[in-house]
Amino acid sequence: MNISKSEIEAVKDLIYRMADDELILGHRNSEWTGLGPILEEDIAFSSMAQDKLGHAQALYQILNKLGDADPDTLAFGRKEKDMKCCHLVEYPIGEYDFSLMRHFLFDEAEALRFEMLSKSSFEDLANVAKKFRGELKYHTMHAEIWIEQLANGNEESKARMQSSLNECFPLALGIFEPSEFEDILISSNIFQGEKVLMESWLLKIEEILEKANLKIPDVSTLTPVYGGRKGYHTEYLKPLLDEMTEVYCIDPEAEW
Amino acid sequence: MSIKSIDPRVTRESLPEQPDTNPMKEFNHWQTYEVFHQEKSGSHHIHVGSLHSPNSEMALILAKEQYARRYKCVNMWVVKTADVITTKPEDEDIFETAPEKIYREASGYKVMDRINKFKDEQKIKK
Repeated sequence: MNISKSEIEAVKDLIYRMADDELILGHRNSEWTGLGPILEEDIAFSSMAQDKLGHAQALYQILNKLGDADPDTLAFGRKEKDMKCCHLVEYPIGEYDFSLMRHFLFDEAEALRFEMLSKSSFEDLANVAKKFRGELKYHTMHAEIWIEQLANGNEESKARMQSSLNECFPLALGIFEPSEFEDILISSNIFQGEKVLMESWLLKIEEILEKANLKIPDVSTLTPVYGGRKGYHTEYLKPLLDEMTEVYCIDPEAEW
Repeated sequence: MSIKSIDPRVTRESLPEQPDTNPMKEFNHWQTYEVFHQEKSGSHHIHVGSLHSPNSEMALILAKEQYARRYKCVNMWVVKTADVITTKPEDEDIFETAPEKIYREASGYKVMDRINKFKDEQKIKK
């Protein structure tokens, strides 16, 4: 594909958003390692957190190919204001209900985004999207089963699922913060845009949440939490970055 | 009488004031499942281990990350451990083969000498 300068700029913005989400949520979810509710779930959740870092790495590699720094520098060497992750992924892990609900809402969006991108005119992105299809299918299966079973469990588990859904929902809408490059991405067939993605995401999660007998928040009355894509973050991101990059920053040139 | 607590979660559990002398039985609702994986289509499923799960649906989901995250796998089975029928450990002796029954095993037949002799005669490459 012959790609113009403005298309490169647009595709880079899209990939930074995606990769930073994966990196930060991967790091957050890995904080459960050793603390998960049961051994089997601890292992599964940690393994999926590692998958997320793998997705981030593959995406940073595309940016590297487009002329930006190497994946390690992109992941560990950028300032808070340069990060383009959404607020949803920045929040602390909270209790397991919050982390599970975030995992569900994020991974359903991620799976749909990758499915859309597997048909992208930008080949590198389409290849990465196809490569992770199986992983994402498992992640959403895992999330759906937990949501359904806990929401249909006892009084406490049901209440916890509902309140974590209410808490996560406006944050999750922030995943789809519109981009200034939307028109270019759509007209060049790189990506169908955040609005189309959000609509198919709503259909998908409504189907699962109905089975779970959870009350779906009314999107029209909610204010989506935007800002992350433009570099405005929650108070939680900076401490996360400091901790995550602590060793790297001692000697960024070190060979591993 | 069940335990009344200021913590509503405890009260809701309706726990007896005099607990069962064998409380494990009651809390043992997360049974174990045996996991079998298949390396490629058509090959046998092989037992790879066990895990805890509240039900079979969740067992399959958890089995995937416990037993198939590093090695090749195309299919998995899970079976409740309680549903596996086994021989008794004290019956281990039924599997012992008496040494004098070697004639039942293919290795008991010493035929390689004759095969090699035949190959030599027929000038077949060994």
